[in-house]
Formats: sequence, structure tokens, C-alpha cells
Amino acid sequence: MSEIDPGAPLVGEPLRAEAEADLAAWEAEELAAFLARQPERKSEYLTKARRPVKRVYTPADLAGTKWEDVGLPGRYPYTRGPYPTMYRGRNWTMRQIAGFGQPSETNQRFRYLIEQGQTGLSVDFDMPTLMGFDSDDPRSLGEVGREGVAVDVLDDMRELFDGIDLEAISVSMTINPTAWILMAMYIAVAEERGYDLNRLSGTIQNDILKEYIAQKEWIYPIRPSLRIVRDTIVYAARHMARYNPINISGYHISEAGGNAIHEVAFTMANTVAYVEEVVKAGVDVDDFASRLSFFFVSQADFFEEVAKFRAVRRAYARIMKERFGARKPESMRLRFHAQTAAATLTRPQPMNNIVRTAFQALAAVLGGAQSLHTNGLDEAYSIPTEFAMKMALRTQQIIADETNVTNVVDPLGGSWYVESLTDEIEAEIMRVLAHVDSLGGTVSAIEQGYFQLEEADFAYGVAQRKASGEDVVIGVNKYVDPDDDQPVDVHQLDPESERRQVERLKAIKAERDQQRTARALKELEEVARAPGENMMPATINAVKAQASMGEIVNALRDVFGTYVERPFF
Amino acid sequence: MSATGAAIDLAPGVLAGDVGAIARMITRVERGALDGADQMAQLYRAGGLARVIGVTGPAGAGKSTLVAALGAEIRRRDLTLGIVAVDPTSPYSGGSVLGDRIRMQALGDDPEVFIRSMATRGALGGIARATADAVAVLDASGKDVVLVETVGVGQDEVDIAQASHSVVVVSAPGLGDDVQALKAGLLETADVHVVNKADRQGADRTVAELRSMLGFEAGEGWVAPVLPTCAESGQGVPDLADALDRHHDWLVASGGLRERQRSMARHRLKTLLTALVHQRLDRPVPGSAFEAAVEALCLRTTDPWTAAHSLLERELGGRPKGCS
Amino acid sequence: MPPTDVAENPIRVLVAKVGLDGHDRGVKVVARALRDAGMEVIYTGLHRTPEQVIASAVQEDVDAIGVSLLSGAHMTLLPRLLELMRERGVEDKVLIAGGVMPDDDVVALKAMGVAEVLGQDTPPAIIVSTVERLVRERQATQAG
Repeated sequence: MSEIDPGAPLVGEPLRAEAEADLAAWEAEELAAFLARQPERKSEYLTKARRPVKRVYTPADLAGTKWEDVGLPGRYPYTRGPYPTMYRGRNWTMRQIAGFGQPSETNQRFRYLIEQGQTGLSVDFDMPTLMGFDSDDPRSLGEVGREGVAVDVLDDMRELFDGIDLEAISVSMTINPTAWILMAMYIAVAEERGYDLNRLSGTIQNDILKEYIAQKEWIYPIRPSLRIVRDTIVYAARHMARYNPINISGYHISEAGGNAIHEVAFTMANTVAYVEEVVKAGVDVDDFASRLSFFFVSQADFFEEVAKFRAVRRAYARIMKERFGARKPESMRLRFHAQTAAATLTRPQPMNNIVRTAFQALAAVLGGAQSLHTNGLDEAYSIPTEFAMKMALRTQQIIADETNVTNVVDPLGGSWYVESLTDEIEAEIMRVLAHVDSLGGTVSAIEQGYFQLEEADFAYGVAQRKASGEDVVIGVNKYVDPDDDQPVDVHQLDPESERRQVERLKAIKAERDQQRTARALKELEEVARAPGENMMPATINAVKAQASMGEIVNALRDVFGTYVERPFF
Repeated sequence: MSATGAAIDLAPGVLAGDVGAIARMITRVERGALDGADQMAQLYRAGGLARVIGVTGPAGAGKSTLVAALGAEIRRRDLTLGIVAVDPTSPYSGGSVLGDRIRMQALGDDPEVFIRSMATRGALGGIARATADAVAVLDASGKDVVLVETVGVGQDEVDIAQASHSVVVVSAPGLGDDVQALKAGLLETADVHVVNKADRQGADRTVAELRSMLGFEAGEGWVAPVLPTCAESGQGVPDLADALDRHHDWLVASGGLRERQRSMARHRLKTLLTALVHQRLDRPVPGSAFEAAVEALCLRTTDPWTAAHSLLERELGGRPKGCS
Repeated sequence: MPPTDVAENPIRVLVAKVGLDGHDRGVKVVARALRDAGMEVIYTGLHRTPEQVIASAVQEDVDAIGVSLLSGAHMTLLPRLLELMRERGVEDKVLIAGGVMPDDDVVALKAMGVAEVLGQDTPPAIIVSTVERLVRERQATQAG
């Protein structure tokens, strides 16, 4: 039982007054004297998000913060972490993505990784699968199996997970506009094998809203796409207790040009839209919120990133409790996967990237990430080599086993700087959300280009500052090696692999029960036309009837239309 | 394109409907190259058959999407189509980003459709100086219908009314402007009013308000209908096309078309004449009457009013170029 | 007053994203930079086919085409663009590619007719000056 008044300020008045007085005196005496001999390097110091920071922080900076806002890990508002013990109980998951070629090839890689002790698989798909085109579609030519695995029909999903115990292995699928179809295939395979759906663990990214503002993978217009995501969340809430049907992402917003604040604020705006949509369908927030998961970048500004993670945890907790009336702790507790920032990797002096990635990874750990992908040093110009992948993994392992940062939960908690920054970022998140509300909500804001313009503006500023050297990039605009030149290596298409996939698809389409497929597609279309209906059962039925992903996508184009972008500059 | 000698004659290509020739001819008129002018004479005379429809309205109303949807409907009725989409030039840099084409990609795949993006290049209204010329090129190339999408600001409604047979004014609910605040010019200029995004809240009210306001304007003649549309889904667009057909039929039957054409011709001539006079005056020739007048003004042997009127008589009385 | 000198007329550039890739951060920076330098930029939007890009280039009668594409697809898509340019009689337009490509491929592409390949992080000012230089050079060749 706590004896501390829950509303107590973090810094009491006597301390605040003394610190403030000391600061004033110090500025007049020691600082002034020192500056006279040695002025500071810059006239102002900014975070990567262009927010000014002070020279030094003192307790006075936290006079307005309450202890309960910081609090303890595993307790509302979860500023310090979602669990009481964090890495003392279990380290973050070291989850590195992979995926290529045909399902059978990827299946071999998966089995190998499992033998090596990996308990989680992560699947990357080829561009046609990501965008809703079958391997035999003219738009897919030259892309089938090139950047990830090609999946067209249920058979592909069967092959992908052949010999793999889906109840024991958690599967993450990085897929968005067609996520619901692949989820249906995954469920169909699990049902075939007699698994209990409630024991399947894993995730689909399935965050369509960020596509319209960042990653730009889409098929249908915004509202029907939101409905599809709703259906997946509702279905999982009812049938798949351990499954995360969505990974609400800020990573892509950052890569598209948004700064740290844009990243978390826009992610929260998307979150609000999703939660509203599911609640509108009549599902209680506490029945699904615990399975919402998140994905953020870990970028270069070390302390801003740590503060960002803490701020978004607190903001999310407040939003879920105050805006949506959540009651269960699990509904308010934000868990996230982090990936180090690909946008910071350079082609010149690639070894520098190991160092960059290490610092970004450390920031993610000090920020309390639940799982982490560290980029390979050569990702800016090459398919990651084995050496690069191993270095990336070792980076995480050294942090975990040699630095001792995992000994203490939220070790930066209480830092006057970090707590100030956390407060600031949280305030910005709430300000942005209020603005989005005034624009009529997230979907309306997307249509008006609010998020896109913010990102484009910031990206333009970054490009200009990099070009002028104001934003330093070592090896590129500072400490440049004139003879440095890394050979570029890119994913080559295996035309043989593409041909095989196309032939298999044609064969399956020719040999199936056409009437059954046609009927299933018709039923799905009808369900789609009724906005209140859940599309998942009909989709599962369609994939079982050997309808291909492309056929499903095309059938629903007549119902939903196709999204046409309005680009904002 | 040669800067000095004879330019390639693009007129035959344009008249034959060759896409490359049309495109290069529009570039010529945009650049105001003098050697394009002869061919424009030929093309102008070959035209006059296309229906020109202007689409204007405030930003955010969904003009581009509506133009795309209307274009698709026009194609379904088996008519060939030209589209000129105008976007503003930045007053600071003189450059522009022209993105209307994106909303029309499906039409862009249709070989019977020609789409051209134009920047205003300093023109104050909603269309570019060369828009009417570009329309004339498309007209001469045989397009049945030419849609002109304007920027939607400034003296837009005046410009577009002077350049087209029918004007569509597009608004949308919740743009922040009350219908009451809708510029008086826009209200009167419209031959057809469209309330787009009709599935949004407030659409019915906007339609009703517009109808009642226009009710006060009614005299004889054409009463501009107010049509709700949902450009994204295509709802209401066939009705829009029908309304435009009815307007065209009314113009023909009532003699209004003749009047319209006369007004357009008058405006065209006035604009070109003004531009030519400006050009002449900006490059005064030594020894010319203009220079002599300037001298005389300095010597106070004449006054500005007498000098100006006298010069005007001389200039307007001069022999027109290129007439045969 | 209508400008009569070619040099006074803005350069028109088609900025295109070809293929299924959706990364448009770079093209947006390029479009803004070109606009701020006084050029007219026609942006094709995402997910375009080579056929759509060249059809647009013809109708818009642009001086230059800037194509941004995902690594790996360039050796299929760029030759196809060049082929289409020849078919449509617009090989006089300057074709510039943007993206990360192996040096050998860059050499091969330039031999095929791609005027320049600009890598990631090329400063906006260099992109602008490259476009200006290549377009003026091409115009000079044609006038002569």
C-alpha cells in the first residue's frame, strides 16, 4: 500500500524553487564566464523532430509532472513499460524478417530456422501478393517471388507451413491490403490440420490506414478497407484468443518523412479510427483491445526515441481509458515491435551502419520494445548478406547479455531530460489528435491530406538540410572518403521460379471445381455488399474453394471500387 | 522546334488526330511562338464543332474526380474527348506541380481521350492564357467534347464562361463556405450546378439552398439545375451528362449558342488584341510613331490624351496580319 | 505578354513512379525541388505501367521524363520505357532514372539511352541542375 499521495508532483516546491534559483545563479556566474571563453557550437540545439532542447535539465523542469504519470512498469499509464519485470523476466524477441521465392523454398528456410531455435517466423511477400495481383497477372511480370514469397491460392499457404506446428510457432505476416485473405488462408490451413484457433499466435500487419498516408499499398477506397480490417479484428476477438490481427504501424510514417512526433501521433490517430470502427460494430473494447499491437521505428535521436516510446505508451493508455472506457489493464497496455531506421543507412562507409544500428537498437531497448529487428549494414544497397544479418543479430545479443541495461526496468525513468521530453511528446500527440478530430476524424483527415502534407513538408526539409550539411550524415556529407564505393547488389528475379509459380497457379485454376469456386465468390460479394456483415467466414470459404487471391480482390473491386490517390505536395 | 527557320507544319497531323502532333501544337501555343500562329489560323477555321464544357468550383469540391467520372460517361455515349486540366503556377518560383491527371488515369488509358495539364503561368484567372488555344487545337483534331477543368480561384467564373459553351460549377457540403457565401459570380455563371460528395452530411441542405437561391434568379430561358453527385462512385453523373445535353439542345434551339459563340469570339479577339498591343508597346521601335509621341510629350508639344487617342487610331487602323 | 523565347518557357517534366512499389518520398522531394526551380512538373502518381507513363509523356509533350523505381526492376522497366519511346517517336525526350542500381547496370542503361541515373540522397539542387543541363543540351542539338 502506497503512502505517497497519488496526485503528488514529481518535484516538490522546495526543490523546484532551489533548483530554479541555482540555475539562474549558475547561468549568471559559471555559465556566463565559460561562454565568454568558449561560445557554444550552435545557437540552438534541436531534436531530430526540430524541437528545441535546453542546455541542462533540472528538477524544476518537472514541477508540472505528477508521480502517477510516471509511476511503475506494468501499471497504468504504463509509461515505464507494459510489464512489471520487463527484460528481467524475459528479453525482447529478436525477430528478423525473411522471405523469398516460392512457398516451398521459404518453407525450407523456416524449417532450418526452427531447427536453429527460432520460435517465431516472419514472412515477407512479393509485390504482387502485397498489392493483390495473382502471379499470372500481367502486372506481376518480373516481380513474382522476387522480393518475398508469392502466395496465390490455399495450396501455397499449405506449402509455406508444411511440417510446421502452427500451435507452437508464432507466425508474423507483413501484409496489408490483402491481409484478410492471407489470414483466411492461414485459418483454413489450421482448421484442416485440426488446430485449435485459440492457440494460434502470430500477427498480420493489416494496418490499411497507414498505407494511404505512408507505405502506399492499397486496393480499395478507405472506408471499405477500414471495414475489412474491422472484420478481421472482430473475427479474431471471437475465435482467436492469442492472435494479434493488427500491427498498427508508425515505422512507415517515419520512413515516409514524418518525424518522431508525426510517427506516434499519426499512429494514435489511426488507432482511434480502428477502435471506433470495431466498437461501432458492437464489440466491447475490452474484448479486442488487448490484441492490438504496434510497430515503431527506432531512429537516430537517442533520447527523443526513448521519450517517444514512453510517451506513446502513456498516451495510448489514456486514450483507451478516457476516450473508450476500457477497464481491463490489458486493453490499455501498449506493446510494440521496433525496427531500426533504414532511412539512416548509407551506402558509403557501410560499416558505419553497424554502429548506427547499435545505438538505435539500444534506444529501442531503453524504450521498452517487446521485439526488435535490427537492420543489416548493407540494406541500403544490397540483399543482406549472411555476415550483415549475423552482425545485426549479434548487436542485439551484445546489448542483451553484455551491457547490463536489462538489469533495471526503465533505467532512464526519472531523468529530468527524458521525463520532460516524454511529457512534451505526449502533449504533442494529444494536440494532433484534437486537430484530427476537428478535421472530422482520421479518414477525413487523410482525404484532406493532413498527414501526407506534414510528412512531405518535413521530408523536404530533411532533404534540404542533408544537402546543405546542416543535418550531418557521416560518410555522405562529412568525413567523406572520395574513393569509397560499395557495389550495389539487388534482388534478382528467378525467372524459373516465376514460371513454376505461374504454371502451378494455372493448373490449380484449371483442375478445381469451377462451380464451387464461382458460388463461393458470389457469396463473398453478397456479404461484402452488406456493410454490417463480417467478411471473414465467406473469405475462408472462398479460399477453401480454391479461389485465388487475385480473383477475390477483383470480385470485390466491383463492390468497393478502386482507390485513386490524391497526392499532396 | 527551330528557333529561326520554318517550323514543322503540325496542322495536318492535328487535323488527322495524331496524338504527337496535337501535343506539340499545344506546346507551341503555350509558348506563344509566333511561328505557330499561321497553323493556328488554319486550325481555328477547321474547328467550331466541339462542345466545350468548363468545370469550376472551389478547391476540395472534387472537380478532378468529377471530370474523370463525367469523361467516362461521355465515352460511354461514344463521344471522343479532350480534357484540359489547369493548375496554378507558383507566383514565387514560376513553377508548378500538375497532379490532376492522376485522378483520370483510367481515361488516360483510352486512346480516344487526350488529356493535357496546363499551368496558369501568371494568368490571374482560373485558366491559362493559352487554354482557349489548347481547346481550339483539340477542337480541330476532331474531339466531340472538350472538358476544361479550372483552378477554382480568382476571376475564374468570368474566364471560363468566356471560353466554354456550358459551365458546370461544383461545390460540396462542408467545405467551410456557406452556400450564401458562394460567390455571386459563380451562382450566375453556372449552367449546371453540381453538389458533389452528395453522400456526406449536409448535402441535401446544400442542394436545397442552391435550388431556392436559383429560384429567385429564374426568368425565361435556361434555369440551371442543381444535381447531387458522388463522383467517386459515379452516382448522379449520367444525370449530369443528360443535363449538359439538354443545355446544349436549348442553346441550339433558342439561338443561345450563336450568342455564346459571339461572346466567346469577342472575348477571344479582345484578349488577343490586348496581348498584341502590350507586346507592341513593350518593344517600342525607334523612329516609330510611339517614340515620336513620347518625344512630343517631353517637349510638351502634345498632351498624353491627344497622343494616346491619335496612336490608337493609327494602331487599330493598321492592316491586320495574315488575312487573305 | 506571351514569351516567345524557348528559354523563357518553363521546362516541363513528367515525374513517374513505375511498378508496384509505393515509395514516393523521393519523388515528392524531386517534384517540389523542380517546381521551386520554376519547372512544370506533371506527376503520374503511383503504380504506373511503362505504357501509361509514355502515353502521358506524349500528351503532355514534356521535355524530360524522370522515373523512380524500386531496385531490381530497373533492368526490365527502363529498357521497356526506351522501347516505347522509340515506338511513339519521342526518343528525343530526356529520360532520367532515380534509384539504387549496380554500377554495371547504370553503364548498360546509359548505353541504351537513359540520359542519367541519380542515386538516393542526390541533393535537390543537383537534380535540378542535371535536368536543366540535359534538357538544354537536347534542345540545342535539335535547334542546330
